[in-house]
Amino acid sequence: MKLYIHGMGAVSPQQNWTKDRVWLSQPRDYAGDLLSCVEPDYAQYIDAKYLRRMSRILKMGMAAGAMALHQAGVKIPDGIITGTGYGCLEDTEIFLRKMIELKEQALNPTPFIQSTHNTIGSQIALLLACQGYNQTYTQEGFSFESALLDSMMALNKDPDQILLTGGVDEITDASHKIQKRFGIFRKTSASSLDLFNSNAKGTLQGEGAFYFALSGKKGKETGASIHSVTTFYKPTEKELIAGIREFIRSASMELEELDLVLIGKCGDTHLDERTEQVSRRSFGSAPIGLFKHLSGEYPTASAFAMWLGSGIIQTQQIPAAVVDGINRPVRNVLIYNPYFSHYHSLILLCAC
Amino acid sequence: MPSTFDSLRTSTSGIGSLTLFDSVYQEVLPVGEVKLSNVALAEILSLSAHLTRTALLGIHAARESVSNSGIDLKKWRTGLISATTVGGMDKTELFFKEFLQDQNKGRLRDVASHGCGKSTALIASDLGIKKYVSTINTACSSSTNAIALAARLISADILDVVVAGGTDALTKFTLNGFNSLMILDRQPCRPFDAHRNGLNLGEGAGFIVLVSDKVKKAEGLNLTSYVSGYANTSDAFHQTASSPEGRGSFSAMQKALSMSGLDPQDIDYINLHGTGTINNDLSEGTAITRLFSNRYPKLSSTKAFTGHTLGASGGIEAVFSLLAIDRHCIFPNLRFESAIPEIGITPQLSFETGLAVNHVMSNSFGFGGNCSSIIFSKDPR
Repeated sequence: MKLYIHGMGAVSPQQNWTKDRVWLSQPRDYAGDLLSCVEPDYAQYIDAKYLRRMSRILKMGMAAGAMALHQAGVKIPDGIITGTGYGCLEDTEIFLRKMIELKEQALNPTPFIQSTHNTIGSQIALLLACQGYNQTYTQEGFSFESALLDSMMALNKDPDQILLTGGVDEITDASHKIQKRFGIFRKTSASSLDLFNSNAKGTLQGEGAFYFALSGKKGKETGASIHSVTTFYKPTEKELIAGIREFIRSASMELEELDLVLIGKCGDTHLDERTEQVSRRSFGSAPIGLFKHLSGEYPTASAFAMWLGSGIIQTQQIPAAVVDGINRPVRNVLIYNPYFSHYHSLILLCAC
Repeated sequence: MPSTFDSLRTSTSGIGSLTLFDSVYQEVLPVGEVKLSNVALAEILSLSAHLTRTALLGIHAARESVSNSGIDLKKWRTGLISATTVGGMDKTELFFKEFLQDQNKGRLRDVASHGCGKSTALIASDLGIKKYVSTINTACSSSTNAIALAARLISADILDVVVAGGTDALTKFTLNGFNSLMILDRQPCRPFDAHRNGLNLGEGAGFIVLVSDKVKKAEGLNLTSYVSGYANTSDAFHQTASSPEGRGSFSAMQKALSMSGLDPQDIDYINLHGTGTINNDLSEGTAITRLFSNRYPKLSSTKAFTGHTLGASGGIEAVFSLLAIDRHCIFPNLRFESAIPEIGITPQLSFETGLAVNHVMSNSFGFGGNCSSIIFSKDPR
């Protein structure tokens, strides 16, 4: 069963909430070692009296959620399902730091309260007075995919519902410094848009907040739907290729029908070698698009890809930064997202 | 599990002094520790003692659940859903202390498993599970949600077997967090008592193995319990406090009942969330009196034994609920003296056996107003 996308909301390193210019025609380029979100004027989306106490990830998530519901014309969804790989890092770090500095005395509880991963989804529920299902997944590169699979099962049972399903992750100074010490991110880079041309070790860290208003019933707004989703955990190359083939086959789709495959290459020469090898053997001559030079690498980057793919289906505008020269209508978009070496996922999007 | 059951049977509480780490609250705040050091756990499991405590506890309980099930996981489409709220925080605390002094300091090994998903990945590797791996963190209701998700994945025919539950180690982070909220009792906690004064933190892990009908038949399993209903709702009242009337918990219990097709009077035992805080117990108790009127079933909070084990509590209490069905018994609510005047509920006061326990409801409520209730039944429904 398809999940129809009634609305989308995004806060990402690419500015996207204004409608006054062609979509992603001038993608933002970042110098340095990360891609951080272009943040909207939150007061448009969140009551000022709540804003003051909210950390950045909460604001990003709430704004993205509000945008999606607004586009869908929905006030209160039937459920809220969130995926976050890192969780609410800023508040976690504040509480840890204060606990150490103040030697466990006189601690302000607010950062502790807001450090739990489900704060994003529950704050949305709280402000909307949404008493429905509320779930939060945190499985590194499968966090958003877990949320999608849950949505799919829930809407299969009750297609009339509207679910608010998203992927949210933030970069903080401390977590960025720590992760860089593991050697997975580049020391620096002159241009994020040049991510795939620089033949370097490591990728660039990104962040983003995306929510989608999903239903089993068709809506008017986006014209895009999710056909299916699957994950492969620690697969061998052989298992991965067989799994991708089986996924496409069970969607009753021929390779020629894939109008675009969005591939989560990350710019790390070694990791991308494997991704290319798998892609060559899996996607035939389907047009290939890339996105991590626009989003950066992070656990829920596949939510960026889903927003991008759905936007392409909706607008039929294909940003040149993603792929060059598709001269046919884009109806079917497959997302193949590897997250480092253990996590691989597929999401198939179709025009309604 | 055998020693845990023995403690439940003999009313032996696990609440005591903090020994796992240094804290200014060492002699002040009682906790429910698992009485095995990381080194001892690692030795039992033949694993490295450098693993996070959350992972060690999780692997211990997950292995035990699989071994008790007698199922060969490799034969089936098997998934692992674990819940945790602290993940590798026990080690991150050590790292962060040095990192704060100098950002190039701190042993990376100690922060490598910080993420909640990492502890699940470690359990998955240990059990050899690859087909489906996920982690839920909805605070204190996490592992009840993990078990409900397992049931859904099986009934949607996506998986045949799921190991589901949760694990959380006691950490300085959570101890100070709950202390800053001023909801920790400085005495052993007294859930559902009129004079209760907060919760004690605990730690542990609890996993159960769920299977499809197909697996049950093929493996010739003689099962004693079934998941017959569950629900997850949002109180949408306050980030940490429950609504006074318990609207989220009421609706979770009501929806779980309705899914199972049972009437309130069919429930033989409720394993309460019952943390011992003023707010939770009044809110949960109010919801129970609304739903069950005056004919509430036998009920108890086992948190007076274990402390509040946060993300693990739903998994641990699922194991207790299944033990109640399997061994025809009901566990006492320790340290109860007088009923909360507003609700007048008297919980189970002693270990009682020889009872027909056919349907057990287990409640778990968390920060953010997440309210989950699950019903286990002796026979399939």
